[in-house]
Amino acid sequence: MLEKALHGSKLYWGWVAFLLVVIGVGILAYANQIQNGLVVTGMSRDVSWGLYIAQFAFFVGVAASGVMVAIPYYLHDYKEFGKIVIFGEFLAVAAVLMAMLFVLVDLGQPTRIMNVILYATPHAMIFWDMVVLSSYLVVNILIGWAALGAERKGFPPPKWAHVLSYVAIPLAVSIHTVTAFLFCGLPGRAYWMTAILAARFLSSAFAAGPALLILLCFIMRKFTTFKASDKAIDSLAKIVCYAMILNVFFFLLEIFTSFYSGIPSHTAPLEYLFFGLDGAGNLVPFMWTAVVLAFAGIILLLVPKMRTNHRALIAALVAVFVACWIDKGLGLVLAGFVPNSFEQVVQYVPTLNEILVIAGVYGIGMLVLTVLYKVAVGVRASLEQKPRRDDGARARAGEEECALS
Amino acid sequence: MERRDFIKAGLVACAAGLVPLTGCAGGEAPGAAQDAAQGASGKRWALVVDEQKLNRAGVLDRIIEACHKAHNVPAVEGDKTAVKWIWPEDFEHAFPDIASTYVSEGVEEMAFPMLCNHCEEPPCVRVCPTKATFKRPDGIVSMDYHRCIGCRFCMGACPYGARSLNFDDPRLHLAEINPAYPTRVRGVVEKCMLCSERIDKGLAPLCAEMSQGAILFGDLNDPESDVRRALAKSFSIRRRVELGTGPSVYYIVEGGEQRA
Amino acid sequence: MARRKLTLIFIGVFCLIMVVPFILGAGKAQSAPKLDLDTPEIAALDVKECIEPVEYMRSSHMTLLDQWRNDVVREGKTAYVSSTGQVYEMSLDDTCLSCHSNPDQFCESCHAYSNVDLYCWECHGLTDDGVVGEG
Repeated sequence: MLEKALHGSKLYWGWVAFLLVVIGVGILAYANQIQNGLVVTGMSRDVSWGLYIAQFAFFVGVAASGVMVAIPYYLHDYKEFGKIVIFGEFLAVAAVLMAMLFVLVDLGQPTRIMNVILYATPHAMIFWDMVVLSSYLVVNILIGWAALGAERKGFPPPKWAHVLSYVAIPLAVSIHTVTAFLFCGLPGRAYWMTAILAARFLSSAFAAGPALLILLCFIMRKFTTFKASDKAIDSLAKIVCYAMILNVFFFLLEIFTSFYSGIPSHTAPLEYLFFGLDGAGNLVPFMWTAVVLAFAGIILLLVPKMRTNHRALIAALVAVFVACWIDKGLGLVLAGFVPNSFEQVVQYVPTLNEILVIAGVYGIGMLVLTVLYKVAVGVRASLEQKPRRDDGARARAGEEECALS
Repeated sequence: MERRDFIKAGLVACAAGLVPLTGCAGGEAPGAAQDAAQGASGKRWALVVDEQKLNRAGVLDRIIEACHKAHNVPAVEGDKTAVKWIWPEDFEHAFPDIASTYVSEGVEEMAFPMLCNHCEEPPCVRVCPTKATFKRPDGIVSMDYHRCIGCRFCMGACPYGARSLNFDDPRLHLAEINPAYPTRVRGVVEKCMLCSERIDKGLAPLCAEMSQGAILFGDLNDPESDVRRALAKSFSIRRRVELGTGPSVYYIVEGGEQRA
Repeated sequence: MARRKLTLIFIGVFCLIMVVPFILGAGKAQSAPKLDLDTPEIAALDVKECIEPVEYMRSSHMTLLDQWRNDVVREGKTAYVSSTGQVYEMSLDDTCLSCHSNPDQFCESCHAYSNVDLYCWECHGLTDDGVVGEG
C-alpha cells in the first residue's frame, strides 16, 4: 500500500521536500550535539531536562489521544468515527515515534540505549515507559495497517486486529499514566509531586490530541479527497471541549492546594510560572497566553453556534492546542526545576541548536504522518473510483494483491 | 513459505536471537573473584561534619581542591554546567527548609560542605533505568560509569543537587590528570562516591582525612564508632530528612566541640 | 517488457553495489597483526605467563575484563584467584598494563585489525606521561 505515497501533486512533493530539508537540518544539529555533547543545549545542572523531555511528555499525550476516537468507535459502536478512526491511529503512530525520538536525542550517551533492556530495571519508571510506548507503537501500526488493508480489499478487518484495538485502549491510558509517573514520584520536585498529575496529563492529552486531529481533518478536506463528516468533527470537538474543561479544572485544583496551604515549595514553581521568582520569569508571558487561550478556546467550543461555525471552531482548536502545549510542552517540565535544591532560581533558555533538533524531530513526525495519511486517503480514493465488483471477484483480487505486495 | 508464515518465523527468530546475544562474549572465566574483605554488608558508612571545627580550621577549600584533583573532577567554568563532588554552601541555601531570618551570626557565616548524602533510600537508585547508580552493601551509593546512558533521571530525583552531568568532554577541563583514578566520558552523570576506592583499601575518605578531625567518618551500625559517639553527644541536623531519603551526612552546627 | 527491463536494471545495480566493497578492497589484504610481548616488565619476569592460559586470554579476555569490571565497580571485590590458584588484583591499569606496558601496540594493533573500537582509554590507562591510545 505504501506505493500510494509515491504518487502525488506538486504541492505534496513540495511539502515532502520541505520536511526533508527540515529533517536534514535537524540531523546536522543533532550531529553537532553528538560531536560536542549536551553543552550545545541550554540545559544545566539545575535544569537538567529541557524542551526535549517537555516535547516527549506532550507527544505521549497526543499519541494517547487516539483512544478518544477509538473508544466511541470500538466500545460504543459510534459509526460516525468509522472513517476517521484510522487517522487517529496513524496520528498516534507518528506521535509515539516523536516521543521516543525526543527521549533518544535527550540522552548523553545515546549509543548505550540498549542498556535499558540489557539491564532491565523494573523499579525504574523509564523501563515501563519504554515497554508501554513500544507496545503502543507496534499495536497502532498493526491495527491501522490491517484495517486499511482490509478496507482496500473490501473485507472486514481481521479478528486479531479487532482484538488489538481493544488492547490499544488501556495501553493508551497507560502510556500517559506511566509518563506522569516519571515525574510525580521524584522527591523534592514539588511541582510534579501531585497525585493528580496523571489525570492532568490525560485530560490535557484528550484535549490537545483530538484538537490536532480535527485540524488535520480540515487540512485533508482542503487538500485531499477525504472529507470528514461534520457530525464526526462536531463530536470530536465536544470531546476536546470537555477534556479541556477538565484539564483547566485540574490545574485550578493545583492552584488552590498550593496557595491555600501556602507551602513554599508548592507555591514557588507556580509563582515562577505566573509572576516570576526572584526577578526571573521568562515563562510568565507564555503562561498568561496559555490562560487566555484556554478560556477563549473553551468558550468558543461550549457555545454550539460557535462550535459549528468552522472558522470559530478552527480558532478554538488552535487556541486549545497551543494552551496545552505551553502548559505541558513548556511549563510543566521547566518549572519542576524551579527553584533548585538550594532555593535558587536558575533559568533555562533553549539554544538554537536544541531548537533545530526539535524541528528535525517534528519534521520526522510530520513526514511519517504525511505518508501514512497519504496512504490512507489514497486507498479510500481508489476504492471510490473502482466500480464495485461481485464478492467472489473481490476476494480473488484480494488474494492476488496479497501475493503481489 | 507464505508471507505471513515468513513474518511469523522471523519474529520467533528475533526473539530467539535476543537470548544468545546477551552472552555473546563467550564462556565464564576459569578463575573466580575472591570475596571482598571491604565493601561488606552490615556496615553503613556516614560522615559527621563538625561545622564549628571545620570552619575554624579553614580547610574546606583545600579539601575540595584535593578531592576534585584526586578524582579527576573537571573544572568546568560557569555554574550552569559545573561538575561538583563537594562544594560549599551557606546555611540559608544548604538548609532552605529550616533556615530562618534570625539565624545566629556565627551560623550565617559558616560554610557547609555539600556532597552526595549516600542515602539509605536513594531516589537516584530507584529511578536509574540501567542500575548504573546502585547502593553497595556497605551503603555507599556508587556509580558504574560504563552503564550510564546520560538520561539525567537521577539528577531530577536527587533532592540534594549532588549530581552533575558531563555536558562537555571532561578531559578538556582537567589541567592535570591523576593517573591513579579514571576520568569520565562526556554524557555521563557523576558524583561523590565517598572515596569507595580508599574505603576498599581500609582508608577513610579524603575529606575526612584532611579535615583535622572536623569531618568524622565511620559506621553508623557500630555504636562504638566515632560517628555514633559524636552523634550521641551533640545535636545534629541532616538535609531534607522529611523526604525519607535517610541521608548519611550529619552536620553538628553548634556546641558540638565543647562537649565532644 | 518495460517491467522486465526495470527488473534487469535493478538486478544489475544490486549486483554492482554488492561487488563494490570487494573491488575496493582487492589487493589490500592486511597481514595479521604481530603482538609485541617484548616489554621491559615482561622481560624481567622469571616465568613468562599471563594470569590465565594464553588460549583463554586470546579468545575471552573481553569476558574476563567485563567480569572484573562488574566485580570491582559493583561488588567492591578486588582480588582474582586464577585457575592455578594465584591471586591477582582485578585491575586493568595495575595488573594487565603493568606487564603489557605497550597497550598502543599490544591492544590496539589487534583491535584495529579486527575493527573493534577500544574505548577503555577514554577513561582508563592513564600514565604520568599522558594518555594511552593517543600516541
